[in-house]
Order: sequence, then structure tokens, then C-alpha cells
Amino acid sequence: MNGYNFAYLDEQTKRMVRRALLKAVAIPGHQVPFGGREMPLPYGWGTGGIQVTASILGSGDVLKVIDQGADDTTNAVSIRRFFARTAGVATTTRTEEASVIQTRHRIPETKLREGQIIVYQVPLPEPLSRLEPSRAEAREMHALGDYGLMHVKLYEDISRLGQVSISFDYPVMVNGRYLMSPTPIPAFDNPKLDRSPALHLFGAGREKRIYAVPPYTEVRSLDFEDHPFRATRARHECALCGARTSYLDEIVTDDRGGRMFVCSDTDYCAGRREREAAE
Amino acid sequence: MTPGTLLSARGLSLSFGSIPALDGVDLDLWPGEALAIVGESGSGKTTLLNTLFGAQRPDAGIVRYRDPAGHVHDVHAMKRPMLRALHRSDWGFIYQEPRQALRMPVSAGGNVGERLMAQGTASAGALHYGRIRAAAIEWLREVEIDPARIDDLPRTFSGGMLQRLQIARTLVTHPRLVFMDEPTGGLDVSVQARLLDLIRTLIARFAIAVVLVTHDVAVARLLADRILVMQAGRVVETGLTDQVLDDPHEPYTQLLVSSVLQA
Amino acid sequence: MAYVAVKGGERAIDAAHAWLAEERRGDPCLPEIETAQIAAQFGRAVDRVMAEGSCHDRELAALAVKQAQGDLIEAAFLLRAYRTTLPRFAAAHPIDTDAMQVRRRISAIYKDLPGGQVLGPTYDYTHRLLDFRLAGTGSLAGAGSQEAAAPTSCAEETAAMPRVTAILAGEDLIEGDRAADAPAEIPMGDLTRAPLAFPAERDVRLQALARGDEGFLLALGYSTQRGWGGTHPFVGEIRVGEVAVEIEPPELGFAIDIGEITVTECQMVNQFKGSKTVPPQFTRGYGLCFGHGERKAMAMALVDRAMRAEELGEERTAPAQNVEFVLSHCDNIEATGFVEHLKLPHYVDFQSELETIRRMRREAEAAASPDRREAAE
Repeated sequence: MNGYNFAYLDEQTKRMVRRALLKAVAIPGHQVPFGGREMPLPYGWGTGGIQVTASILGSGDVLKVIDQGADDTTNAVSIRRFFARTAGVATTTRTEEASVIQTRHRIPETKLREGQIIVYQVPLPEPLSRLEPSRAEAREMHALGDYGLMHVKLYEDISRLGQVSISFDYPVMVNGRYLMSPTPIPAFDNPKLDRSPALHLFGAGREKRIYAVPPYTEVRSLDFEDHPFRATRARHECALCGARTSYLDEIVTDDRGGRMFVCSDTDYCAGRREREAAE
Repeated sequence: MTPGTLLSARGLSLSFGSIPALDGVDLDLWPGEALAIVGESGSGKTTLLNTLFGAQRPDAGIVRYRDPAGHVHDVHAMKRPMLRALHRSDWGFIYQEPRQALRMPVSAGGNVGERLMAQGTASAGALHYGRIRAAAIEWLREVEIDPARIDDLPRTFSGGMLQRLQIARTLVTHPRLVFMDEPTGGLDVSVQARLLDLIRTLIARFAIAVVLVTHDVAVARLLADRILVMQAGRVVETGLTDQVLDDPHEPYTQLLVSSVLQA
Repeated sequence: MAYVAVKGGERAIDAAHAWLAEERRGDPCLPEIETAQIAAQFGRAVDRVMAEGSCHDRELAALAVKQAQGDLIEAAFLLRAYRTTLPRFAAAHPIDTDAMQVRRRISAIYKDLPGGQVLGPTYDYTHRLLDFRLAGTGSLAGAGSQEAAAPTSCAEETAAMPRVTAILAGEDLIEGDRAADAPAEIPMGDLTRAPLAFPAERDVRLQALARGDEGFLLALGYSTQRGWGGTHPFVGEIRVGEVAVEIEPPELGFAIDIGEITVTECQMVNQFKGSKTVPPQFTRGYGLCFGHGERKAMAMALVDRAMRAEELGEERTAPAQNVEFVLSHCDNIEATGFVEHLKLPHYVDFQSELETIRRMRREAEAAASPDRREAAE
């Protein structure tokens, strides 16, 4: 790509993003505003994640990009290509080999290690937005640690439906202080954030916010003592690799109600099948 | 601060432009005592209430409060988080319009339980749904709302019921001091009477100190131990309710008392 | 059916782009449209793209319009994304619309005024009849009208054209540009560098409106006229024309002219305000945009004034008066991104919803069935 800097963003912008990232890491779960730029991909397509990745990538990094857990979904392909062209970095589909993983809507099944960075694409950084549309008011609530409203929402669910109905983007309490949106990952993935050895960075391009969960930070999904958080997955095993503990995609196979379930994490599934074949 | 008092104000003054809303107001409040602030509209009584509560900053003067541990605080010097926490635990505020305080899209139970849930997140302790719900049921009974309505939305409640729901929502954290702004205003006479009776019972049962603003002298007589009469921002007369109302010294008080329609 | 994991995302994208390019070119038997033609003959489209793309460059905007097949929001996005890559080397002096080379200038509040009412190239008094001569196919419907020859542009000296607001200010009837007690140097926010935060000051609000979606602002402005936060507006003045852009390089120590841009400026004169201490004055709404965009500048001025409700002590009841609401939703590039992103796969989250709803129904059924058995006994 002629005339563009390494990873597209100019160094000033990268510095600005990195300053925001440092603040975010210093205050786990707290949303830091940043002067996000328009990118060649539309808002909603991951511009926040892309700006974070572009600001931390170095020539020696190995990048994995996934969307819905898969490396080959169209937008993951598009973003991986973008970095291949603008940064020339090595890319991979293997979670264990990646130093930086950019993701939309899933955390890989393979446990992340110390030294790995996972960058999340964030549509709505404000966990209170559906209960309190005014960002100014929500900011006040965060500053005062005033999260009663979110528990009221959980209470209402239990009183009406017998259980909490939030199935994705399930709010979490980070480091015992800030309420955070883990992005629209399925509630099933929330436990992977708790005390993870990796660094978790979150970029919201349209809303212009960055936040972070440093390694080994406590991340608790909101619940009641007598209605504890439950992770949900389809009660099947993967039709391809037999996994019983991974998050599954439901594939409709015919118009007579035929269904099959396969691992959403394509690399995890492929890895299991390879190992099975080698035995 | 006078020993034993729960709340005190000295020299409160506040002007809106050239209009003096408060002019050198002093007052003291003892634990478990109900104080009524009466006066016609424009007297400054609501401004005084808001200033005592910490919602309105005075131009001069100080409001002091003694917390359960015995420490004295300058209400207007308190940091926002502390004042907000105080408003939701040891203090309460009953608005004339219950819809101002209630969350209309949230069930009765959710409304009553919210202060308990807010405390829970503050202390980072686990919250217990069953216990919160039990507390909500207990308080709905206290305010004479059928507990079967715990999951109903407030928009299905009558005006009197909404006011009682607001009271339950406020008292659930056992505040020692509750501010009330015309709590029965806007309700019809029979509903008012029942509500006043309920309020009187609750404040006696739970030994709650009350600062009550009302233009209705009869409400003051029913609920308050002491009365403060205001006119144009100043305290014109103060004393035991029955004494002041039966034997008003100041001409303005006499006027106020005599204008009450005899039932 | 043997399941094969869906592959070929890369090939699909390449094929999609190739097809798109074909569609964009259209019928190859027709001459390919040139960006110069778009810049010259679709000027209003180009103007809108410059305004919402937040970048004054006719050729680039015309290219964007061509690349986007005429989708103006897509074109504005292209221009905005390009803008991100441009380095900033200077800040210009504020443009002086007083010194504008005016092509059009009207005022609704005076019958006549110094500089006169200059109609300029306006659609205002056209009859909206499709002109088939433009299609090269027919005659003007209801033909017969003689068209006046377009006035030849002449380099006559333009009569002095003082701002209408200056005329009112002469009698102290209108509020000034800034509050009487404002400091001489007011730090200015920059929407292109710092994220929007609330409360937002007027400078940042106007910046957001200037690049805001014309349709959205038009609807909000319209709503204020129909009673949703109305302010009795009058068009004090609209001017369209060219202004010089000046920068002052530190090495030179004086300002130099680096070019000129076309802008449209609208001054609305609104509901007067007074108090016991301040005699009543008319209040103002301001609109400014790149290119010839009267609808945009007028709507912007209406919304600007509505958003000043709090500052002017008015009740805030209407959507146009809700600053957070207006500014959070006026950028059509943000809006289209988020709305259209719903097309991206969301099946992982939907799967969670499915599992949750299935579990709830299972558990509800399990809770109900013991009772049913009892009742049957």
C-alpha cells in the first residue's frame, strides 16, 4: 500500500491510542475516551478493534483475526487482509501461534497464555446503555460506583422469567470496581475473562472508547447468591470433532427440522480433528 | 452542633437574583422528632428543605448532620459520592409526586428492593434475590399494599398506592431521617387521611426523624412534634406544634392558623 | 448431507467486488461518466459530499460520488476516510464571510437593504415541472415561457454588503457573537481530534452540525417549526459565495491566501429574550456548510438555536433541544455504519438467545408438569 504508514495509522494517532490504552490498563474496566479516526472500514465493522491492533502491532507479531469464532468469515478475512497489506505481518489461524488476536463476538476455546494480547471489537461500550440511554448520566453512575440499576434489571428478569435472560454481552464487574460490557460474546465465554493470563483490550471506534482488563484481573459476571450466573451452550457434541465443552454453532441442514451442531471456534475444532487423525 | 441533635442549620441564606429565598434560617432536629415547616407558597419552605437535604447550595450558612457513629458532617462540604450514599441509606426523601422517585418501568418489588441492591454493589458483597424479595414483601405489607402486587408495574397503581410505594422504597434501608415535600398534596381527602395515618404510624414505629414541608396546617398538627413558620425566607415563629397552633404569637402565624377551613 | 465447513470467504469477497465494479460501470455501450462532469453538472451532490465528508475538495468529492454510484452517504464516507490520512500542517484564520464574493444573498426580514436582495442561481422560484429538454427527448411541459438569458457574470464592484446581523446590532437589538462577559481568548474544541463529550459547548456543537446529515437536521429543524421547541425564526440572511482561506506561516509572520472555498451561511433571527436587568434582544441561530447548501445551513441554524435552550433558560421538552440526542445521532457515517453492521453475522449471539429461550421453556414445562399429574389424580 503506497504512501501509508505501517499498519495504516500515522505514528501520532498510534501514540494517542497507546496513551489511551495505558490509561485503560491502569484502571481495569473503565472506559477511556479517545480521538478515534475514520478508517477505511465502516463504523460497526470493527474500526475500534482495528485502531487498537494497528497501534500495538510490530513487525514481529503474528496476527489472528476471527469473527463468530471463525477465521474464514467474510469480515475476519477482510480485516486480516487489511493488516497483511498495510503491515505485512505474519498471520495465522492457530490460536497458540498468535501474539495478537483480534476478535468479534467470541473468545477462543484454547486458553490464552501470558504474553498474548486479545483485541475485542466493541459495538456499545456502555453496559448501562439499555437501561440509561444518556451517556452523561451513565458516566455519573460509573464515577459513583452506582450500579443498583443493573441489579434491578437482573431482579426483574428473575421475577418475571425465573432466571436472568441476558444471553450475550452479559455485564461483568471488573476488579471489584467497574461495571463493564465484555462485548457481545456469549455469556458462555465470560468465565474465560476471569484472571486470564493474557491482556484483554477493547476498542469501540464509533463510540470512541477504549477499555482494558489486565492479566490476572478478577472479572465477575453479575448475579445473585441464590441465582448464580450460568453459562449456556447447546446440549450437544460437535458433529465434527466430538467436543462436549466448546460453544457450538447450530447449522440447519434441511427444511424438515434437520440440525447439526459444530464448534464455533474453527481452529479449536480443526486442531482436535488433526490430533484425532494422528492417533 | 448542639449535643444530641441529629441535624442542625445555622444562618442559612440564599437569594435567587434579588429575591431572598432564605434569610438567616436556623433550626435543630432531634432523633425521632418530626418537624413541620409551614408557610404559604413563596415562603421559602421548599428551598429550605432542599438546602437541608444538600440538593441546593446556600449562599451563606451551614447544615450539619450527625451520623450513626456520632461524627458530625458539613452536608455541603461532603463529597458527591458520600452525599449520594447518604441519600440512599441513612436519609430519605419523599416527593409530592411519587412518579419522580419511582422507576415506572420497574415492578413494585424492584422499586422497593433497589436501595438494598445499590448497597449490595457498593459493598461488593453478594446480593441475595430471595432476601431482597422477602424484604420487599414485608415493606409492601407495612405500607398496606397487597404483597401479591409485588410484580405489578407502578402504572397499574392508584395515586395513593404510588405514594405508599414511594414510602416503602425509601424506608427499606431504615433511614433515621426522612425529608418530605407535601407528601399528601394532590391526593383526594379520604386517601390523604389514610396516608397521613400510615405515615404517623411508621415514623413512630421506626423512630424516624422527619422534616416535613406543608402548606396545610392540619397536616402539620397531625404529624409534627414541632413547627417552624416561614414567611418571605425568614422563620417567623417556632415551637411545639400544638402550642404554636393553639396560641400563635406572631400576626402572620395567627393569619395562617385562622385561614384553615374548619372541617 | 455431509457438512463441509464454509470456506472461500476470500473468493466470495473478490467476486463481490468484481460484480460491484461491473455494476458501477453500467452499460459499457454508454460513455463512462467523468469526474469532471460530476463536479461541473452535479454540483449540489458534490457540495453535500464535501459538507458531510468534512473536506472541501470538489475533485475528490466528485470521484467519491462516482465510486459510490451516486450514493451520497457512501461517498461522504469515502471522503472522510481519505481525510483521516491527510496530515494537518496549519490552521487557517477564521473565514470572513463579510468579505465573501457573494453570488446569492437574501434576507427575509428587510424588503431592501444595503447590497440588495441578490437572487443568484436559485431553485426557489422555479416551477417543479420535469424539463424533458434535459433528457434530450422533448419539450418543456406547458411550454411557451421565454427563459430570460442568464445574467452574464461581470466583474463589477459589488456594493457593500454588511451583514444583516450587523444592521440589527447597530440598534443593539440582537445578541452579540459572544457573551458580554466572555474572555478574549476562548479555547476552541476540535471535533476531529477529540471525542464528543457532554456537556458540549457551542463550538463543538456547531462543528458536529456542520458535518451532520442533512436529512436528519432537516427533520429536526422542521419539528421546531411545528411546535416541538419552536423559537419563532426569521431568516436574517443567507449568503452563498466564495471566501478566501488564509494561513499564517510562522516563517513569514503574515497571512497568505492559499485558495478559496464556497460556503453557504445562514443567520436566523429568533425569539427575543430579556430579563429584569438585560433589555430584550433577538437571539440567533447559525448555520454554515461547504458548497451551496441552503437547506442544510438553514436546518443547522434552526437546530443550533433549539440546542441553546438551556443556555437561554428555556424549557427543554423537544427532541431538537436534547443536545446529547441530536449530536449523538447526526453523523450519518456513524449512523449508517451501526445500522448496516446488523448485516454482519450475529449468529453466535443468536445461538445464545436460542439456548436461553429453549432452557426457559424446558424449565417452565418441568415446573408445570408435576402439578398437571397431581390434578389428574
